[in-house]
Amino acid sequence: MSLLELQDVTASYGQGSVLHGISLSLAEHGATGILGANGAGKTTTLRAISGTVRTTGRILFDGRDISGLGPDRTARLGIAHVPEGRGTLPQLSVRENLLVGAYQRRDRKQIATDVDYCLDLFPQLQQRIASHAAALSGGEQQMLAVARAFMAKPRLMLLDEASLGLAPSTARHVYEAVRRLRRETGLSMLVVEQNAVLAFSVVEHVTVLETGRVTVEGRTDELMGMDSVRRAYLGG
Amino acid sequence: MSYFVQLVVDGLATGSIYGALALAIVLVNRSTGMINFSQGALAVLSTFVAYAVVQAGGPLLLGLVVAVAFGVVLGAVLERLVVRRFEGGDPNTAVVATIGLLVLVSGIAGAIWSYDPRAFPSLFPNETLALGGVFVSVRSLGTTAVLVAVMVALQLLFRATKLGLAMRAVADNPGSSALSGLPVSRLLMLGWGIAAGLGAVAGVLVAPQLFISPTMLDFTLVYALAAAILGGLDSPLGAVVAGWFIGVVENLAGAYVDVIGNDLKIAVPFAAMIVVLVLRPQGLFGRRTVVRV
Repeated sequence: MSLLELQDVTASYGQGSVLHGISLSLAEHGATGILGANGAGKTTTLRAISGTVRTTGRILFDGRDISGLGPDRTARLGIAHVPEGRGTLPQLSVRENLLVGAYQRRDRKQIATDVDYCLDLFPQLQQRIASHAAALSGGEQQMLAVARAFMAKPRLMLLDEASLGLAPSTARHVYEAVRRLRRETGLSMLVVEQNAVLAFSVVEHVTVLETGRVTVEGRTDELMGMDSVRRAYLGG
Repeated sequence: MSYFVQLVVDGLATGSIYGALALAIVLVNRSTGMINFSQGALAVLSTFVAYAVVQAGGPLLLGLVVAVAFGVVLGAVLERLVVRRFEGGDPNTAVVATIGLLVLVSGIAGAIWSYDPRAFPSLFPNETLALGGVFVSVRSLGTTAVLVAVMVALQLLFRATKLGLAMRAVADNPGSSALSGLPVSRLLMLGWGIAAGLGAVAGVLVAPQLFISPTMLDFTLVYALAAAILGGLDSPLGAVVAGWFIGVVENLAGAYVDVIGNDLKIAVPFAAMIVVLVLRPQGLFGRRTVVRV
């Protein structure tokens, strides 16, 4: 059974509909990338899953229909959404951000171990552990956002444009850590990314969206071979 | 010299009252990011509930407990039903909404209990101790002791508990906090509830001195706002120390500076506030907020 399954999901902000019946599925421990141009509905797809936008259709997580649940409920079920534009709590310290991430957990010792794991994954955060998140650089904030999401010990991570606004080397650095996180923990992921090269470094499946509809999907190696995809997302 | 010490001691006593209400204001700010102008009115209405219990023949301590419980529920319900609609919008609108609540809640108290000041029993004996030529009322000592205990408890709540961390997270960014599974809506209600419960304690403590009436805390609220801002808005310790500071400065200036006298002494804390904020915009104990763009 797949961990996540979207069946004919639509989503809208107020009047206009952004998703027009999207279906996709993700296997446990799998990772799928969502590619597409601006406005294709990538971010909205993630929001539909975490419950921060109105939807119709069915969204099954671990066999349970989670559509209509708010973000705090889906988070408690094991979905960690790293939103576009750095999901940090600016006036809290780096350590406090990580502890908020672990809010729903009761296993104190394991929480401490996981904080250490995050600091090992992102050594830059070690030196800034007592700083306000707002004082961090853009790259560090993105690292903190990923680390905070991981602290929830989720079964599924939704990663939205983690490279946005970062220098190329910093973005690569973030994605190297995400790849290591997947390798070492087997965490399932949905990765929205403009930069397809970065996305392909983490995922093994890809779904391409165009104006709220799925147009292409398949394994990354299959898509790499498709001219249209190469031209549109991999720079020829 | 003993006159000076007496003025300082009296100033600390009134300052404790400012500090108590300032703590409630800080608590709301810390847990929801707002400033609640109706904090004084909520405290007065809760104090009237204690008054009603006493009138019905109940002991004052029971009245206090009922008043605190009433305050907690009132604060939580108002947050859920009224304030919630303004959160996340324009902060100015939210401020005006809390001013509206101030007028509404005072009006309700007035409609039920009229505007005539009434005597209110004290939790502490009405005695005075003479300590080395300075007179200190047992009431002031009691008020100050309760205030310090509440301040320490709040400081511990925010600094040392998971609940406190969650409340700060929600005040910082409710949307982002929800993504970590925090029950945002319940935490916001809780913040307002605890603050209003705290206001009930403050009201019951000061009512014997001020006499209970719907407008009992109007002036106190103004001083308490000054104390909260002077102390840094997010610091319980700052609110209390600034409350004391304002009480003492007000008293000393009224007595020693002829031009000021009794009429103008209300302006003194605000002059002090302006000076401090120019030198230290984050307040005496506030954490500087860092914004990086």
